[in-house]
Amino acid sequence: MKIGVLIKQVPGAESALPINDNETGIQEDQASFLMNESDSYALEEAQKIIESRGNGEVVAISLGPDRVQKIIREALAKGADRGIHLQTDAKGLADPLTLAKQFAKALESEQFDLIFSGLQSDDSGMGQTGIILGELLNMSTASLVVGTELSENTLKVKRELEAGWSQWVTLTLPASISIQSGLNQPRYPSLKGIMGAKKKELKILSESEFYIDGKKQSIQKVFVPKTNKKTEMIEGEPDTIVARLVDVLKNEVKVL
Amino acid sequence: MDILVVLESKNGSLHRMSREAIVGAQSIAAENGLSISALAIGIDTDQIASSVSGMNLDEVLVANHNLLSTYSADGFAECVKQVIEKENPSLVFVGHTYQTRDYFPKVSARIDKPFIPDVVSLMKEGDFFVFTKTVYNGKLGSKVVSNDSECTLISFQAAAFSEENIESGSASTRSFDIELESSQVRTSSEAPIQEEVSGIDLSSADLIVSVGRGIEKENNLQIVKDLASAINGELASSRPVVDAGWLPSSHQVGSSGQSVSPNLYIALGISGAIQHVVGMKGSKNIIAINKDADAPIFEIADYGVVGNILEIVPKLTEAING
Ligand SMILES: Cc1cc2nc3c(=O)[nH]c(=O)nc-3n(C[C@H](O)[C@H](O)[C@H](O)COP(=O)(O)OP(=O)(O)OC[C@H]3O[C@@H](n4cnc5c(N)ncnc54)[C@H](O)[C@@H]3O)c2cc1C
Repeated sequence: MKIGVLIKQVPGAESALPINDNETGIQEDQASFLMNESDSYALEEAQKIIESRGNGEVVAISLGPDRVQKIIREALAKGADRGIHLQTDAKGLADPLTLAKQFAKALESEQFDLIFSGLQSDDSGMGQTGIILGELLNMSTASLVVGTELSENTLKVKRELEAGWSQWVTLTLPASISIQSGLNQPRYPSLKGIMGAKKKELKILSESEFYIDGKKQSIQKVFVPKTNKKTEMIEGEPDTIVARLVDVLKNEVKVL
Repeated sequence: MDILVVLESKNGSLHRMSREAIVGAQSIAAENGLSISALAIGIDTDQIASSVSGMNLDEVLVANHNLLSTYSADGFAECVKQVIEKENPSLVFVGHTYQTRDYFPKVSARIDKPFIPDVVSLMKEGDFFVFTKTVYNGKLGSKVVSNDSECTLISFQAAAFSEENIESGSASTRSFDIELESSQVRTSSEAPIQEEVSGIDLSSADLIVSVGRGIEKENNLQIVKDLASAINGELASSRPVVDAGWLPSSHQVGSSGQSVSPNLYIALGISGAIQHVVGMKGSKNIIAINKDADAPIFEIADYGVVGNILEIVPKLTEAING
């Protein structure tokens, strides 16, 4: 059983997001990058499956500039068996169709039984790459997965539906699924894992080995959203703020 | 055919977001001289087709097939692909629902056309449509264009258009033959289930104190519980608090949790991601406390405090308890 996990490095929730000079994206050198949240759940789920089977391999895969090796190393430290870095200096947010074609070209020879990805990235939020990749590699697919049960020839997944509903779906193998947060508790790397990660294989593919030309959609401009709602911003020392909040609760919202 | 709106059935009736997608289509059709067709696929097609027959549409296509009588990503993607290839729409609109998240990327792959998801508005600039979409979890907006001149797939975020603006008219119905074999459908699904029916019902709560990842640790939850009991409110949360196992899932507000519309919603350490906001923006009064002045939650709050909840919340509770 061989599971490939797509992990993306994105600005963390606490990162600054200053817009670049030509307003096409953010100033990446000002951002602090982390592993995309749902990708870390995807990685954990892959590791749990391989661990419970007692054999197989988890391969952590990321596309991007050299900085993304940080999250591949993090995945290796958490226990992934090896890593693949699709190295590119392409700037800005990529279009998912072209990206998935590049992944397909780079990964086809791996013959993965399963490909896991996070359901969407916290930067562009396209939510498509893993599903399109599955489609291109002739795998069955499912998104929004909140539970997995693997048997010999099938993968049963629980898909999240709206408003607290869910549904079990059985997929033939090979399959590519995108994982929703919350289905497990992602582990932290141990000290031993961090030491061991240095000895694990991290294969670097140069862009010429997977490049596919094209851009099916492009971001023309990014901007700070404007709001037309009037918000009273309550300012001052904590005591002043608290006094005004109590006043609001008593006299405006009238709940005290 | 210019615009194709693919409809979705939700428990036998038309999904609200399909109606909103129709409004989206109508908002650009007249002035650009575009025709609108709708497509009902497999499930409850009679009800779905008749629910749109009184709307201002050029035509309603109905695709029935025994392999489309329950949802599968493979079957639905194949169906939409065949309709697009035969009818050549230049724009295909859907709601950004859990179902289209599942199968529209497959349509995009099968026809090699771009899918721009989760769009909040569209505008014509010159000869092109420009689509607005939030990025970075709602902290920034972006303007996206398709580079494909033939066909582009678009899904709209909930409430991108108001269903009240739907134009009425009359639409004829045409059935569309789909060629599909069982070997093309690689998945089988069980009946949907609802978890934790026994949880608390927040939908009728009048006062809600809701906590997000900004609470940092499970141990800190007590300060939020104390505030909730001081004002006699219910305790709710964003998804990460439930994902971490700090609160049961029945406390979760948002697209995958409960929808609430209390008189007062106090959002503590919640950034205001769209999937949370859809569940609480109907609240009459919203107070948000967040240490990040740029957090999107302030865009919908009536009262905002830029500050540390760990410091302010205990003080507020104390002041209320007097
Ligand atoms: C299909 C799908 C369905 C989803 N369904 C839901 C859903 O039903 N409900 C839901 O909530 N989410 C849902 N999400 C997740 C959603 O996208 C967000 O990730 C989530 O709402 C973020 O929760 P949060 O605001 O608590 O955390 P974050 O976005 O991490 O925000 C934490 C906030 O706390 C602030 N903060 C940190 N420390 C402090 C402090 N000491 N004092 C004050 N403020 C502080 C930070 O500035 C930040 O704004 C869904 C996502 C997807 C893709």
